[in-house]
Amino acid sequence: MKLLLKIISFIGLGLCIVPAILVFGEHMEASTCKQLMFLGTIMWFATAPSWMIKKEVPSDD
Amino acid sequence: MEKSKSLVDRLNAVNEYEQQPIPNNKLKGWRSFLGTYAGEHTAGTEFVIGPLFVAHGASAIDLVTGLLIGNILAVLSWAFLTAKIAVKTRVTLYYLLEKIAGKKFTLIYNLVNAGLFCFLAGSMIAVAATAVGIPFDMAMPQLTDVYPNSMGWVITVFVVGAITTLIAMLGFDQVSKFAMVASPWMIMIFIAAALAVLPRLGVTEIGSFWSVAESTIWTGVPLDGQSKFGFWHIMFFAWFCNMAMHIGMADLSLLRYAKKWEQGFSSATGVFLGHFIAWIASGILYSLFLIESKGSLTFAPGPIAYSAVGAAGAICVVIAGWTTANPTLYRAGLAIQSINPKWKTWKVTLFVGLFTTIAACFPALVMRLLEFVALYGLILMPVGAVIFIDVYLLEKLGLKSNYAEVKGVKLNWAVAITWVITLSLCVLINKLFGVEIFFLGLPGWFIAVVVYVLASKLIQKK
Repeated sequence: MKLLLKIISFIGLGLCIVPAILVFGEHMEASTCKQLMFLGTIMWFATAPSWMIKKEVPSDD
Repeated sequence: MEKSKSLVDRLNAVNEYEQQPIPNNKLKGWRSFLGTYAGEHTAGTEFVIGPLFVAHGASAIDLVTGLLIGNILAVLSWAFLTAKIAVKTRVTLYYLLEKIAGKKFTLIYNLVNAGLFCFLAGSMIAVAATAVGIPFDMAMPQLTDVYPNSMGWVITVFVVGAITTLIAMLGFDQVSKFAMVASPWMIMIFIAAALAVLPRLGVTEIGSFWSVAESTIWTGVPLDGQSKFGFWHIMFFAWFCNMAMHIGMADLSLLRYAKKWEQGFSSATGVFLGHFIAWIASGILYSLFLIESKGSLTFAPGPIAYSAVGAAGAICVVIAGWTTANPTLYRAGLAIQSINPKWKTWKVTLFVGLFTTIAACFPALVMRLLEFVALYGLILMPVGAVIFIDVYLLEKLGLKSNYAEVKGVKLNWAVAITWVITLSLCVLINKLFGVEIFFLGLPGWFIAVVVYVLASKLIQKK
């Protein structure tokens, strides 16, 4: 479950950057990029807190 | 477990090991510091500072070289000044200051710090308000505005301020955790926003970026009414924008947990993500706004980010502003509470929040953020110089370090005199020789060192 949530989080994070790279390369419309980035934002915030907050202040000890 | 903790428990947790050195089993490794610094220095301020460099007419080459060198100097300051002392003493700035300067001085220092925190939080509430106001078609502030420009602005700022204050009163833990979650996403949004607008500026391949950067983004021409920024402005700003944290020693509280002083170099993640990539990205966004609005003086990070990457951009401005304002407000409350620990934390935070929200109504706080950040560092810098000399030099000169503790005095006049004389001389240098505030930190540090040594000799001889 945790792994699945992590995968969704990182797909969300990817959706926040990859569309912008495609817009830069003129392979995607800006409007599509905006929608995908919003979707990525929702995916990140819906899933990342569940595994990031539990791992707060990682200790290297 | 965390959720069931009372506010008092949480406050106690904040003060953990404040009055004693950190035990060895509580020390943290590289990963912890790399993450903390990366998160702390990608914040709401980045949406303002990058654009202000554009408004001040920085040229592309001055910007890149100034930021590179300034940021390297900042990292070196964190490592060689703050981290070395942090590892040597393993106590917070406040505890160390109390031993050197006495309780009375620490109280005054806390109050000054709280006031500065309030203004910083206020500017971030204003930044968040520019994004919150988008759906309401609110009149946005102008670069030259000092006073609130509409009732809509005041109402929006008060709504954002009220929510921020309420959360600071009730849920600091959750905010700090949320900020940690938001951090990697914010960095992505900064980079994505800049990349997505580059074609609108005429950059369609990496090779053409530099020529567009020089001719269109950072043209070297300041906007009307703005002073000109050159290499030295940018370099000193990048070095000193966190002066309170490194040379001013506020980060002793953080770096005292480091296993070795070299971990001070982990501040590089913060400065190169937040103070290099994010400043460049937000500058690109503002440049495009200036071109498309035909030189409009409107200065509102919310609509600028929204225009670049839509809702994700606007959300980023709100979250960046809010996650910066919230802990800052909380720290200001704690600092004021130190006057009388019997005061209820929520009441103090409420008062601080109200003051901060009123301050946030004045757009000048955002428009003059560069000057404010420089002033913030300058005011707290002499205390850092005092600590440096007290730890490394005073005993070698045959004087007592930790004088207030050794003598049992509540106010070490040597520190008070150093603070007053250093800042007075900085004002004098500014007024008589026209040296801008961005450059005063360097001569100020040496003045503080000399004055503290002389004042200590004088006072300890008595």
